[in-house]
Amino acid sequence: MTDTSTSYDAHLRVWRGDAGSGGLEDFTVQVNEGEVILDVIHRLQATEAPDLAVRWNCKAGKCGSCGAEIDGRPRLMCMTRMSLFAQDATITITPLRTFPVVRDLVTDVGFNYTKAREIPAFVPPEGVAPGEYRMRQEDVERSQEFRKCIECFLCQDVCHVVRDHEENKQAFAGPRFLMRMAELDMHPLDDAEAQGLDRRRAVTEDHGLGYCNITKCCTEVCPESIKITDNALIPMKERAADRSYDPLVWLGNKIRRRRE
Amino acid sequence: MATEAEPRTGPAGRAAIAQRHLRLDRWWLAPAATVVGLLAFVVYATWRAFANADYYAAPYVSPFYSPCLAESCADMRDGPNWPLFGDWWGLSPALIFLALPLGFRLTCYYYRKAYYRSFWASPPACAVAEPHKAYSGETRFPLILNNSHRYFFYAAAVVALILTYDTVLTFRDSDYAWGHMGLGTLLFTVNIALVWAYTLSCHSCRHIMGGKLKSFSKHPIRYRAWTLVSRLNGHHMGLAWASLASLALSDLYVYLLATDAFTDPRLF
Repeated sequence: MTDTSTSYDAHLRVWRGDAGSGGLEDFTVQVNEGEVILDVIHRLQATEAPDLAVRWNCKAGKCGSCGAEIDGRPRLMCMTRMSLFAQDATITITPLRTFPVVRDLVTDVGFNYTKAREIPAFVPPEGVAPGEYRMRQEDVERSQEFRKCIECFLCQDVCHVVRDHEENKQAFAGPRFLMRMAELDMHPLDDAEAQGLDRRRAVTEDHGLGYCNITKCCTEVCPESIKITDNALIPMKERAADRSYDPLVWLGNKIRRRRE
Repeated sequence: MATEAEPRTGPAGRAAIAQRHLRLDRWWLAPAATVVGLLAFVVYATWRAFANADYYAAPYVSPFYSPCLAESCADMRDGPNWPLFGDWWGLSPALIFLALPLGFRLTCYYYRKAYYRSFWASPPACAVAEPHKAYSGETRFPLILNNSHRYFFYAAAVVALILTYDTVLTFRDSDYAWGHMGLGTLLFTVNIALVWAYTLSCHSCRHIMGGKLKSFSKHPIRYRAWTLVSRLNGHHMGLAWASLASLALSDLYVYLLATDAFTDPRLF
């Protein structure tokens, strides 16, 4: 039974609408101690706005479904405690701005799946069958951090490269998928290079690493606290510099090409 | 239930939200503080670099003027006088090599974040819309030059070695007798520790030490070095500011001694 002794009424401003039109609507909803934004949104659905669209699943910060912008900051609704906000504050909840809105708080995150398909998959080493892969702990740990990603796409949403410039969506994979490239390039068993796939060159030429200006918003919003910029994007920039911006390598290639 | 509907559509089917951002916190504070801090340093460093005076008070030489590569440099006994540029250089000798540490900081991953956010508003803060109509990031000239960071890292390491030599020289008194220490010696020692910590914590150093490897387990020594640099790298922002401040303070200290505004308290 819910203890309502510490309940209060919260003021919410929720964006409602679809791709055609929409705007912020004001609501007053009861809040109980220990609740998160998603609980309050569900109460709103159960009381005043039964047709309010919201995507959610696990309520435990692991499925990455309930991303929204709360007071202008991308967050998971299920991991944002109401106690973060003053009881008399008006809390504004809007859909993720970077993606097309479907309805109310639900957006079409298909852009991310398109980008995911463009990342060349892990290339298994020749002569080693699945189940025979062996890796030392220090090698596992490095990419383990990136495997914590729950694909909530908050980093993709907050990245100003596509958030403020729709036209860059074609050329830029976004932090989540540049991190995927880093994970594969750092994988000691990935045999891409032997198969003629140069991930270090591809990350710049095909996936737009150069658009990233390392302002770290992806790291700031990551609910899994993955150090996306420091551990994935900057190391990839350095690896790309090995390939594309090293003047000695450039000179060597120039001489070799001339000889050929 | 009150309604504030806006019959508008957003770009490419996005939610129609007219405001540039909906943040209520003081998101502008960090970029504003960065502008103030960096501008203060730029103004001070420009004045001192062009001053061409009051940069040596035995046994201390200002880090802005070391190494001193022109004939016109003050005579610093056993100090960093290497007149490679001869007597034709008429400007302040600080201007000869300052491009190297400046380039190192300008292309540093932390400073890039700092000036992109605070000076270029790209973006000013997370989820706050930037004012620019187009954005090409570091894909084109001139910002593509930021990829040269590691070469400035090599140069900065050489400069740090020279500043280490200068710090060793501060263990003398004003008559050049060894085995003495003054308040300036302490200041210079702290400064060089911070300069090395900032230089070694750099992301390029982390990459060179072991970050570029595909397999750590095959290179245990480099893995160890990478682990140590990674630990330092976590404090890169703090070290960037602390070393910037200590460089300016060391220079100011020499300036005060050289203009007789202050006397170096001797410890022994």
